[in-house]
Amino acid sequence: MAFYVVQFLTGLASAASLFLVASGLSIIFGVTRIVNFAHGAFYMLGAYVAFTLTARFSGALGFWGAILAASLIVAAVGVIVEMLLLRRIYHVPELFQLLATFGLTLMVEDLVVLMWGPNDLVGPRAPGLKGAIDFFGQRIPSYDLFLIVLGPVVLGLLWLVFQRTRWGVLVRAATQDRDMVAALGVNQKWLFTSVFALGVFLAALAGALQIPRDAVNHDMDLRVIVDVFVVVVIGGLGSITGAFIAAVLVSELNAFGILIFPKISIILVFLVMASVLIVRPWGLLGKAEAPARRTPGLTVNPWRPLTSNERIAAAIVFLFAASLPFFAGNYALNVGAEIAIFVIFAASLHFLMSAGGLASFGHAAYFGLGAYGVAFAVKLAGLPMAIALLAGPLFGLLGAVVFGFFAVQLSGVYFAMLTLAFAQIVWSIVFQWVELTGGDNGILGVWPEHWAASASHFYWLSLAIAVLVVSGLRMATFSPFGFALRATRDSPLRTEAIGVNGKRIQWSAFVIAGTVAGIGGALFAYLKGSVFPDVLGIPLSVDALVMVLLGGVETVSGAIVGAIVYKALSIWLVSQTEWSKLVLGAFIVLIVVAFPKGIVGTVESIWHRRPSSLRDALLGSKIETAE
Amino acid sequence: MQGRVLLGATLALTLMGFAPSAFAQSGGEIKIGEINSYSLLPAFTEPYRKGWQLAVEEVNAAGGVNGKKLVVISKDDGGKPAEAQTAANELVSSENVSMLVGTFLSNIGLAVSDFAKQKKVFFLASEPLTDAITWQKGNRYTFRLRPSNYMQAAMLVDAAAKLPAKRWATIAPNYEYGQSAVAVFKKLMSEKRPDIQWVEAQWPPLGKIDAGPVVQAVAQANPDAILNVEFGGDLVKLVREGNTRGLFKGREVVSFLTGEPEYLDPLKDETPEGWIVTGYPWYSIKTPEHAAFLKAYQAKYNDYPRLGSIVGYETIKAAAAILAKANSTDPDKMIAAAEGLSLPSPFGEITFRKIDHQSTLGAFVGKTALKDGKGIMVDSVYRKGSDYQPSDAEVEKMRPKD
Amino acid sequence: MSTQALLSVEDLSKSYGGVRAVRGVSFTLSPGEILALIGPNGAGKSTCFNMLNGQTAPDAGTVRVLGQDTTGLKPREVWRLGVGRTFQITATFPTMTVRENVQVALSSHDRKLFNLVASMPRYARDEAERLLDLVGMGGFSMRACGELAYGDLKRLELAIALANQPRLLLMDEPTAGMAPRERVELMRLTAQIAREKSIGVLFTEHDMDVVFEHADRILVLNRGSLIAEGSPEEVRRNAEVRAIYLGEGLVYDARHRGGVSP
Repeated sequence: MAFYVVQFLTGLASAASLFLVASGLSIIFGVTRIVNFAHGAFYMLGAYVAFTLTARFSGALGFWGAILAASLIVAAVGVIVEMLLLRRIYHVPELFQLLATFGLTLMVEDLVVLMWGPNDLVGPRAPGLKGAIDFFGQRIPSYDLFLIVLGPVVLGLLWLVFQRTRWGVLVRAATQDRDMVAALGVNQKWLFTSVFALGVFLAALAGALQIPRDAVNHDMDLRVIVDVFVVVVIGGLGSITGAFIAAVLVSELNAFGILIFPKISIILVFLVMASVLIVRPWGLLGKAEAPARRTPGLTVNPWRPLTSNERIAAAIVFLFAASLPFFAGNYALNVGAEIAIFVIFAASLHFLMSAGGLASFGHAAYFGLGAYGVAFAVKLAGLPMAIALLAGPLFGLLGAVVFGFFAVQLSGVYFAMLTLAFAQIVWSIVFQWVELTGGDNGILGVWPEHWAASASHFYWLSLAIAVLVVSGLRMATFSPFGFALRATRDSPLRTEAIGVNGKRIQWSAFVIAGTVAGIGGALFAYLKGSVFPDVLGIPLSVDALVMVLLGGVETVSGAIVGAIVYKALSIWLVSQTEWSKLVLGAFIVLIVVAFPKGIVGTVESIWHRRPSSLRDALLGSKIETAE
Repeated sequence: MQGRVLLGATLALTLMGFAPSAFAQSGGEIKIGEINSYSLLPAFTEPYRKGWQLAVEEVNAAGGVNGKKLVVISKDDGGKPAEAQTAANELVSSENVSMLVGTFLSNIGLAVSDFAKQKKVFFLASEPLTDAITWQKGNRYTFRLRPSNYMQAAMLVDAAAKLPAKRWATIAPNYEYGQSAVAVFKKLMSEKRPDIQWVEAQWPPLGKIDAGPVVQAVAQANPDAILNVEFGGDLVKLVREGNTRGLFKGREVVSFLTGEPEYLDPLKDETPEGWIVTGYPWYSIKTPEHAAFLKAYQAKYNDYPRLGSIVGYETIKAAAAILAKANSTDPDKMIAAAEGLSLPSPFGEITFRKIDHQSTLGAFVGKTALKDGKGIMVDSVYRKGSDYQPSDAEVEKMRPKD
Repeated sequence: MSTQALLSVEDLSKSYGGVRAVRGVSFTLSPGEILALIGPNGAGKSTCFNMLNGQTAPDAGTVRVLGQDTTGLKPREVWRLGVGRTFQITATFPTMTVRENVQVALSSHDRKLFNLVASMPRYARDEAERLLDLVGMGGFSMRACGELAYGDLKRLELAIALANQPRLLLMDEPTAGMAPRERVELMRLTAQIAREKSIGVLFTEHDMDVVFEHADRILVLNRGSLIAEGSPEEVRRNAEVRAIYLGEGLVYDARHRGGVSP
């Protein structure tokens, strides 16, 4: 019995750490609607700064002072980030801020290695809380007890702040309706900045409090960020009490789950999230999200198919790309094939995101299923390449049929999170089912047959399929189906009132996107000759998201350019420098600030503005000469 | 809008940037392509890089390889097999390297070894531990330097079997390496000690251990001894929780790799004492070969070597020896030269086994101890890799025929 | 009569958390008839309306369209029976052109929603143009819907609602937010189309000029109950309507004063 009590308390201690990070994320999202991917980075910075400060100041006062000072310093960094970066991009489409904070995270990961070195750092234990307390023969670390108390205390303090102060009331009002607060004449800028600072402070505090029990290193952020998102979503976005309950739920299920299923941890949070979201689409304590307001003036130019001139231009460019094997080497062709594959992958997600308005955070699942489909077809069934290639889209399709059915019942961030959960569930099955999939060691020897083996043949194959896929998706976008999909995105109310079953349309779009991603995965398996679980992983899903946003989510085919630029740049950077994350992150941040509509979106708006700006430029120069 | 226009244009223009930089290998050089997870795992790959850079210097100072200057072109793989493949492709297609070396993670080692097999390129895997790379998924183009998972397990079992402990628990990260480390250890251990029981197995996810509940769960099973396969940040958390909760008190712990400075040093004054570990006690190895290496390394870097430094150093030394003996960059000739090749190393002479292309580089087995607030290995003994192998018949059964 | 009725509503009720928004409302609507549903704010007009096309499920009562029971059907299923609807706050597709807005509805009517290969910009173009001409939006077909003035959006909604050749039109405050002159024009247009095609129209409206000019018959709702029904003349003369609806404030004020005065 004592064991179960102690196990429960241990679970509570884990929950407290999780809650601290999650509460900050939840507050920030609630008010600013920013999916702050950099929250983990602030958590990590908190730990690093606390490590440095605790090394300098000893004693109880020094230790606790250092923890607090570290949190405040990182909160100040957060304020700078908010003022310099985020303020510029509140008006851009939703999720674009995710891209900016993602870029920031990449940069921070490299910066901490530059500043603190690559080794794991182990900080001091907390003065006075070094030991353990005996409980009927079981030992509970006193630091755990401290955390168990701290969690509810922070929850209580936040509750007081939100209930009893004018600032708190404003924050709650803003969580419910941002525009209303703006209408009340509140200085929204400072409200957002202060909220961001509080959220970052909590993240940094959580990170700093980890140093007596964890090692500080440069991948702490990724270890925590996904779990924290999951906790926030389970609890209900913007609900701090919900985050607390979710943290306790997840931690306790883990603490007791591992007694029965020692391998459960890897998948547990995602199982919990998927089940909660299927039953309660807005999390435990969340409320139905108000339909996202479209920022006015963003898509004033309705999409149109290519004009005949543009078609000719496209054909010329295609011919040029197709002639590459006549003057480029094998490596360039190999990279070209990889880029073409990522064009397919990004285009599939883009179709879902732009026409469907459904941002999947787990799109790699279908890419990966495609890759594994091919690997199984080749290695288990011994099928020839031409047939095995079809296994890719088939697997992508099957996965999308099943998961899409549940996912499209939700919308917005909840949709994103459920897709993430499904992807992570598939990933952990593949990762753990070593007998079938080889687990982490993957499936080797999936090389193309002779007819496609040479670099030029494989490049042509990939290019041809990419062009077919992109053309097909464009055709679908301008078909009645594509319009029904856009209609569902624009106005579910109207769509239903003109006889359209929106969920079925969205489900079908999800299946199309999954199938197409499967095509990309199939080619990818053959390109690399092997398949590993990371084709299903979160980083790949994030890559696809970045490609889409970089190209411009409000364009018809922006993802193509996004995929080419991002993939080429990252391959080149990885080849040229070890600080590729720093450079790539900086590039992304720059793009977000300079071209908030994405590359293609920006080109388009310049194109549409051109006549007048040209005129202005001419007029301007005339005036100058006149002077 | 102009999607396809931009597609083609960007694609084509981009690819111009990937055109080969040098068309032919200049006459006086031999190029080796090197790949490792520099950005993902700098703690391990930095010392490794210092090691191979030292070796390149030494090889060239001694006149290079058959009179040609040795050049290493190094690429980062970002910790992803697919990116390692791209890098391998660049090195082979664009840089025209004579052989590939490197890799740390098992899956990346396997990916590159499969690439080597497909493209018929010589590959010397330096650090990946997985047994598959030389056995189940072995191929004639791939050699491996570091003692494998099996070898490390066998060395530990040697010591563990002598313990009186009968009830064993295991803690291992939940992925292929953790699973196979536990599987091999259990198999070898059960052969020597049919009387032991496996009472608990914990499988926390890699990099995300929730150490409190795990420690608690293991303690509840009340084992006499614990096998640990955790490493890195997970190990730190496990050790700290375990120390506080008294998990290791009165229990024997046998732990993979923990004696390597990469894993031992971060534990500082929390290093648990008396764990039986494999590792690299650079401070207590007194052989002349090692002394020479240590002196050169410290002189160049003003830092002590880690195990990665040894592996990096010996990788290039071995590559140079293979190239010198083959006197050709033809893969078949290099394979012929490498099979059975013996060469010196800081740990003594090593040989690349003909039967499975595994080197006989060994490891040190000893016990952890605390000295001046730092973790060290004491009572360490060098175990030769050649002594910890399954029978040739078993190896032949596992390894696919070429 | 009821078998001939386009729409027949019997004893429709709906409560929200104890508040009875609609109580036992019954009425019928014949083809070609224009019926107005009026009442003060909070009388239950919108709730009533939303139950007619399936947007809200009633607690009790039945709705029949052309004799078929549609209670519990989804809005899209009710639409397939030939019921078009416009919304109080316009619901259109702002990222499409005006014509595409209508074309989406047309493709849905033709059950071509899962067609992946046809070109929507060329789909039923003439029919879409004809509908736009009909509502006086002919010159706007290539304009971005997101740029339209509010009055134009209302007309576009009418064109969309007409795309499935409806037998019944449900219009929730069709002229709200429009300039007075536009209101009259739009309702005149609606009435004309309704009579020509024998479409039954049910609309709610705040503007009494519009109501009394165009409605054949008027239903008056107050606190969820139907309190009067009849021709504009009858309703105008109804004392209860006058008291509750037209003189609402006065009645309340008088009682209030009466209560506190000594």
